[in-house]
Amino acid sequence: MNVSSVKGSMSISSSTSTWKAGDTISDQFPAGLRVLVVDDDPTCLMILEKMLIACLYKVTKCNRAETALSKLRENKNGYDIVLSDVHMPDMDGFKLLEHIGLEMDLPVIMMSADDGKQVVMKGVTHGACDYLIKPVRIEALKNIWQHVVRKRKNEWKEFEQSGSVEEGDRQPKQSDDADYSSSANEGNWKGSKKRKDEEEETDERDDTSTLKKPRVVWSVELHQQFVAAVNQLGIDKAVPKKILELMNVPGLTRENVASHLQKYRLYLRRLSGVSQHQSNLSTIISAQDPTFGSLSSLSGLDLQTLAATGQLPAQSLARLQAAGLGRATAKSGIPITLVDQRNIFSFENPKLRFGEGQQQHMTNKQQVNLLHGIPTTMEPKQLVSLRHAAQSIGNMNMQVPPHGAQSSQNNPLLMQMGQQQQQQQQSRGQILVDSTINHAPRLSSSMGQPILSNGIATNVSSRNGIPENIRAPGYSQTPSMLNFPMNHASELPGNSFALGSTPGVSILTSKGAFQEDVNSEIKGSGGLMPSYDVFNDLDQHKPQSWELQNVGMAFDTSQHSNSLQGNLDLTQSALGQQGFSSGQMNGHNRSAAVASKAMFSTGDVKELGSAQNVNQHLNNLLVDNTIRVKSERVCDTSPANIFPDHFGQDDLMSALLKQQESVASSENEFDFDGYSMNNIPV
Amino acid sequence: MDRNRLHNQVASMRRSLFDQGYLDDQFIQLEELQDDTNPNFVQEVVTLFYNDSTRLIQNIEQALNSRPIEFCKLDDYMHQFKGSSSSIGAKKVTNECTAFREYCNAENAEGCIRSFQQVKQEHAILKRKLEVYLQTVRQASQTA
Repeated sequence: MNVSSVKGSMSISSSTSTWKAGDTISDQFPAGLRVLVVDDDPTCLMILEKMLIACLYKVTKCNRAETALSKLRENKNGYDIVLSDVHMPDMDGFKLLEHIGLEMDLPVIMMSADDGKQVVMKGVTHGACDYLIKPVRIEALKNIWQHVVRKRKNEWKEFEQSGSVEEGDRQPKQSDDADYSSSANEGNWKGSKKRKDEEEETDERDDTSTLKKPRVVWSVELHQQFVAAVNQLGIDKAVPKKILELMNVPGLTRENVASHLQKYRLYLRRLSGVSQHQSNLSTIISAQDPTFGSLSSLSGLDLQTLAATGQLPAQSLARLQAAGLGRATAKSGIPITLVDQRNIFSFENPKLRFGEGQQQHMTNKQQVNLLHGIPTTMEPKQLVSLRHAAQSIGNMNMQVPPHGAQSSQNNPLLMQMGQQQQQQQQSRGQILVDSTINHAPRLSSSMGQPILSNGIATNVSSRNGIPENIRAPGYSQTPSMLNFPMNHASELPGNSFALGSTPGVSILTSKGAFQEDVNSEIKGSGGLMPSYDVFNDLDQHKPQSWELQNVGMAFDTSQHSNSLQGNLDLTQSALGQQGFSSGQMNGHNRSAAVASKAMFSTGDVKELGSAQNVNQHLNNLLVDNTIRVKSERVCDTSPANIFPDHFGQDDLMSALLKQQESVASSENEFDFDGYSMNNIPV
Repeated sequence: MDRNRLHNQVASMRRSLFDQGYLDDQFIQLEELQDDTNPNFVQEVVTLFYNDSTRLIQNIEQALNSRPIEFCKLDDYMHQFKGSSSSIGAKKVTNECTAFREYCNAENAEGCIRSFQQVKQEHAILKRKLEVYLQTVRQASQTA
């Protein structure tokens, strides 16, 4: 339909506009509402279909979640709302919910014969906009259009008002508390996600304010200022207006602050949620350019949150964040991220792994922190904690506490790679890899690739891409998720992300494994991460390992790849800054990418530059992620090594770990089943 | 007249199915969905249910016969079965499913086995009754 591809920015898109505009039934709303119903029970499916037709809706039915997802992916704008059963044999309904939320941002209604409070709560926390108890009556279906309208309305509002109006949550449509997935659905970044997917570029989420306004890039410094202001005011009392005043940055608008704050809050929430469950799993790799704004801010948020939670020293947090936080969409700890689906932050799992590896590096040299992209220097401690966190997984947010902080756990999404910055380089694009690892089991390849390429290229620029890419946690079957900025690989070198060129990116792409969480946006914090040295330090010479690693990762889960990508981005940027030869990575990445094709369908790997950095990242990512990659050191293994035949996680991980010299906590168990991550408070 | 007789017969059969608790409101929902575009909707759904439920019943049987009994799996199957039967308004069957699930939660194998017998029984009884009822409905509509 003609729905504008850019969801948030342009129009409410989706159905209302869609069918209003183009369809003949436009005047008959809610008639013509395009419903996708998913239920493995044929009897129920038949009845539901008939009921929906009786309500004058346009119905598409599926009896498998996978089929539903692919239909949705094929035709993103072809549906207005999804009705899904909770109990399905091929995929848990909640997982599907997450994916949809992350990838498509459609309202989803869950159905079940089970009316237990816990299950219903699970629906809420995962972002369902409603929950129907079976047997479903037609009266219940008659009103489902309200969810579509509501969502649209919120998106529009958000769009118009550029960001949260007030402290923040404008969007939460469904649950204010929003779980990660909800938030994902909601809007803020969902909109951008979508947009990114479609357009890849441009709109940043927090650009809602206007398309015309220049995007605000939340650089490390800016984010630091923001965090400082928030901390000064007290998180509860922090209102955009006051924050703005305190920050005293010319050119910054209240809306910018408001949307940034919103993200930050989500991040904090996520952190606290995660901390309960897992420990730092989320690595947020934001390898995006600062311009990414929203993404960055998210990453920043995460970092901040981490800082706030005491895990990260504020500085590093700032750094990380500045680097272009990935979107911290995730709610605290709710793995739903994943969104998937992932979501942009779905780096969680991979992050963890990665983080661990990184930690080692980091400590040594500013290796890439857990954050995939962000070459934060993680202290050994952090790494360790990260590792542990990784184990917990789910959305592990790897925290890479800046020197000193330990990340252990709770950083839901931020891996603060930022630390590196201090040491080495300038802001690297932080790649916030959300630890949506949970979700992401699959983000992998498909996601990975795009991310990588983007990330690499742009380090920063990818922002646009990245968030998108990252977004897709979980089933990364399609690279769409990874729209990560990585796609901007071309820009890598020299991008604001200092990541360094490609390497960072490549890592991501190949990583597949990381993808899972890579979703977290890898924001190349183009300028934020001053020193993406992480990668550099790590092993720059091991591009290949990265790639392989990535690749392997990619295979494992798309998510991983995402995360990797995120890392890559960071690395890329970092590398770039460092002057790494992006070419290196590229080469490697390419191969890696190819190898990991499975995961990453895109060949963005090329863009990846210094594989080394990327590798490192990957390693880190891998390490962090609980991806099944074994935490072996991947190290500088030459590509040959790294590429395990199948990129077995193990191999990759080992490669990574090796490099990192970290203990390799292989958390192989990364079960991304979306919910495994952690915290789904059900 | 035959037609009247048949119609009366249909009406009284239907009433008794409801009165005796075999069917509930959900069945009425199905009936209301039936219209000219789908004149045999109820029949189709019931047929579909019985075909599908046979498969579920087999699964449950198998699970009950395996040792050790996997109660999670059993619960899962029964959950599906219950969802299905409730969607056509098979009240007694659904109730028996609920009872079964309770035994299942308590991991009471004996209770499960017994309860499952009840489920199967109700399932079969309803099947017969619906067959007769729907056949009468068809006849009535044909003569009409």
